[in-house]
Amino acid sequence: MPIFAPVGRMFLSFLALVGRVTVFAGRTIGHMIAPPIYFRLIFKQMREIGYFSLPVVAMTTLFAGMVLALQSYSGFSRFSAESAVATVVVISMTRELGPVLAGLMVAGRVGAAIAAEIGTMRVTEQIDALVTLSTNPFKYLVVPRVIAGLITLPILVLIGDIIGVLGGYLVGVNKLGFNEASYIRSTFQYLEQLDVVSGLVKAAVFGFIITLMGCYHGYNSRGGAQGVGQATTNAVVSSSILILISNYVVTELFFTR
Amino acid sequence: MSTPAKISLRNVHKAFGAKKVLQGVDLDVAAGSSVAIIGGSGTGKSVTLKCILGLLTPDQGSIVIDGLDMTTASRSDHEAMLAKTGMLFQGAALFDSLSVWENVAFGLIEGKGMKPKLARDLAIARLADVGLDADVANLSPASLSGGMQKRVGLARAIATEPEILFFDEPTTGIDPIMGDVINDLIVKCTRELGASAVTITHDMASARKIADRVAMLYQGKIIWDGPVSEIDQTDNPYLQQFVAGDIEGPLDLDLKHL
Repeated sequence: MPIFAPVGRMFLSFLALVGRVTVFAGRTIGHMIAPPIYFRLIFKQMREIGYFSLPVVAMTTLFAGMVLALQSYSGFSRFSAESAVATVVVISMTRELGPVLAGLMVAGRVGAAIAAEIGTMRVTEQIDALVTLSTNPFKYLVVPRVIAGLITLPILVLIGDIIGVLGGYLVGVNKLGFNEASYIRSTFQYLEQLDVVSGLVKAAVFGFIITLMGCYHGYNSRGGAQGVGQATTNAVVSSSILILISNYVVTELFFTR
Repeated sequence: MSTPAKISLRNVHKAFGAKKVLQGVDLDVAAGSSVAIIGGSGTGKSVTLKCILGLLTPDQGSIVIDGLDMTTASRSDHEAMLAKTGMLFQGAALFDSLSVWENVAFGLIEGKGMKPKLARDLAIARLADVGLDADVANLSPASLSGGMQKRVGLARAIATEPEILFFDEPTTGIDPIMGDVINDLIVKCTRELGASAVTITHDMASARKIADRVAMLYQGKIIWDGPVSEIDQTDNPYLQQFVAGDIEGPLDLDLKHL
């Protein structure tokens, strides 16, 4: 059937892609637990992924917290629930906005950079050169980035959560007229450990996805500059979509009882 | 062949989809000898080299290095083979994120576990071997000219004192004078190490200078293999046309669209 053939081809190529990514992830995890581990490269990547992403994550979460306070205040005032603003801000930030916004911002900044760097190394034969110099490219290029992503994203999100809550506090106190002490008390009154922990687990999952997708698309890029550009786009798009899908899955696991 | 073959290819086939690149390559490289694989663009020279190095897996045939078939060898045997090889890539393939000396010392530090300070001293000695001052050691590869990058690539290839050296189009992309400098350095370094060498090139001047033997690859097969001194006496019409650089002749140059 001429109508179904293209759909079938697309579905089959999608399944093949899922299979290739799964094998790539399996190889990565296998190399993560077997020596040698390049600690020096892990620290270098932690600086690249974590430290240099701090400004963009801080700005994003600050304004997210501020707008959240404004929106929830104007919404809740319709049924006289303004006092819930601080609680809404802190729970929204820790559970959802902190990890998702930080994940998406890091996907754009770091995922693209990883795909471009490894993709360029692929098309300029630098990855082949690594092999001829008795160095496993997976261990040298992929594993340090994925481990760094796993470690730094939760740290980034924790900092982002604090800055987001601070943004809500600034708007709440300076614009909406909340008392400083009562806003802070409300912030912590209903906050549970699980709210923060679930957000940090999401961040670790997102860190794995972002770095894995960046490495996968870069490692498999072909065809010169155009191929590297395509790899960069694919890395950002695929990691962004997977972040949103996995966000739902992790939320289900934590909060469906 | 009087000396035992260091590298021996038998009936090597490699295809990419429907495109058959190698269709039964047979080649012997004697220990301590230098073989140049010549041929036009797209004849499978690079694919042959990548198959020998294990970067590509042949569909059929055997690649024996030091008596061990690499197509069936274990990962550790393959790693041991790579530990005794050095490779100069066409574009040098220097690591952008590392300085010049770190590039040269890479195999010593990561492959052989040498202390960085000692490896740095050795790297600078290797840079001197290829005519580069210690001043360039801390520079980024991107700040070097094409010829200098090739020389750094050569220093990196010989840093671990390999038994086998591979050169992929060593003179491509650089001026004829620098090309000749690279050729001289390749001859010098190969002789000093006593290494076996395989060079792929379409530069006949380079092949004549570097190689003891020349093998011509055409349509996925070695169609001529002999001492470099016999190139000009051959009656093989394909080799005659390639050496002379004539458009007219038996070689299918795929110029239909011109």
